[in-house]
Amino acid sequence: MTPRVTFATAARVLTQLRRDPRTIVLIVFVPCLLVALLRFLFDAQPQVFDRVGGVMLGLFPFITMFIVTSITMLRERVTGTLERLMTLPLAKLDLLLGYAIAFALLAVVQATVVSLLAFGLLDLHVHGSKVAVVALAVGNAVLGMALGLFASAFARTEFQAVQFMPAIVFPQILLSGLFVARAQMAGWLRAISDAFPLTYAYDALSRVTEGRGLGAWFAFDLVVTIGATLLALALGAATLRRRTA
Amino acid sequence: MAAIEVKDLRVVRGERVVLPGLSAEIAAGRVTGLLGPSGSGKSTLMRAIVGVQIVAGGSVRVLGEPAGSPSLRSRVAYITQAPSVYADLTVRENLRYFARVLGVGGVDRAIETVGLESHADAVVDRLSGGQKARASLATALLGTPDVLVLDEPTVGQDPLLRRELWDEFRALAEGGAAVLVSSHVMDEADRCDELLLLRDGDLLSTGTPAELRERTHARDLDEAFLRLVEEAA
Repeated sequence: MTPRVTFATAARVLTQLRRDPRTIVLIVFVPCLLVALLRFLFDAQPQVFDRVGGVMLGLFPFITMFIVTSITMLRERVTGTLERLMTLPLAKLDLLLGYAIAFALLAVVQATVVSLLAFGLLDLHVHGSKVAVVALAVGNAVLGMALGLFASAFARTEFQAVQFMPAIVFPQILLSGLFVARAQMAGWLRAISDAFPLTYAYDALSRVTEGRGLGAWFAFDLVVTIGATLLALALGAATLRRRTA
Repeated sequence: MAAIEVKDLRVVRGERVVLPGLSAEIAAGRVTGLLGPSGSGKSTLMRAIVGVQIVAGGSVRVLGEPAGSPSLRSRVAYITQAPSVYADLTVRENLRYFARVLGVGGVDRAIETVGLESHADAVVDRLSGGQKARASLATALLGTPDVLVLDEPTVGQDPLLRRELWDEFRALAEGGAAVLVSSHVMDEADRCDELLLLRDGDLLSTGTPAELRERTHARDLDEAFLRLVEEAA
């Protein structure tokens, strides 16, 4: 791995994103719109908005980065640039970290803008630290990126890549505890929930937003989330083959 | 010693045997043309030489190392048949990125060599097919590679530019590099020092253009190729 190559890759990905301002606007403002919708949907139940809205701030970057990464990486595979890169003195880790740095920066922008809106104008209240919510959001972005990278290896077309969103992201959100508390789930559903990395990311977020304290369980959540991210990155790296058929 | 040594190379893609057992040597300091109709296995052979092709058997050695060795990655330049540059970056941004990955300079010179000075700051997506191919070719001209593997670099280019590109390949070979260029256009064969004629994954013949004409008593290389096919049949 070479820092020069890693940063060159991050700069290249950011330049590509900059070329597509419409996508950036969608990435930053669609979550704003959704949070605003939630706010007015739960106009009469501010406590529900606080519970759901706070957590949603942390989950948007996960969803966005999953899609953006799986499509971008699929393009690299399909257009031949990946094959070209694999013949150059570039370590797989340079490519992965380059992507991670670029998308984490984008996640910082996204999470910050949505948080400013939610906390500033929409009266969202969280019990814990607002900065921690943004930090967790960025961490979730990297998790989404790592899963998206891995998923891109199994798609041949962009249509397929987009379908991985409902296939891989939705079940994790449904079973995370956001809709039904994990304690009330059927045993087998809870077992599946236990196996999903987003469950731990959600738990960490809800601990912050509900002010349940950042004790040992919070640390455990972080360890599992970071571990899952590294595992997905390693699996993603394994799908970047220098030799193909 | 040959810069590239291919021995009994066998490549199978799915059910199809693309290269049944090909052996060839490609010398440094020469422009070697890899010619044959489309589907003859030219790109597969080139992919095997740069080490991105899964091979079923045989060996490919480049500069004395197994093809695809990490030490070769900054010494072997490669362009694919389809332009492999980022469509959403400008020509210059693409070249800067590849130059930084290689740790070399020479971006402006490479752009000049492929005649894209006036389009250097245009986004690749908006260029014509031939210009995209040239942007892709420019990435292979960065630094001082010892081996260049160029898959149909002159397809769709205007005759004047084609001549300039061949002059550039010649200059690179005179500088000591092994230059392997594929083409399915026989009239480009005369610009090569050595030819490898490929058909259905088999090497029909090798030699200089003059040798091939003489051996087959053909006036041009198109005819020479036809006679070699008939001989083999």
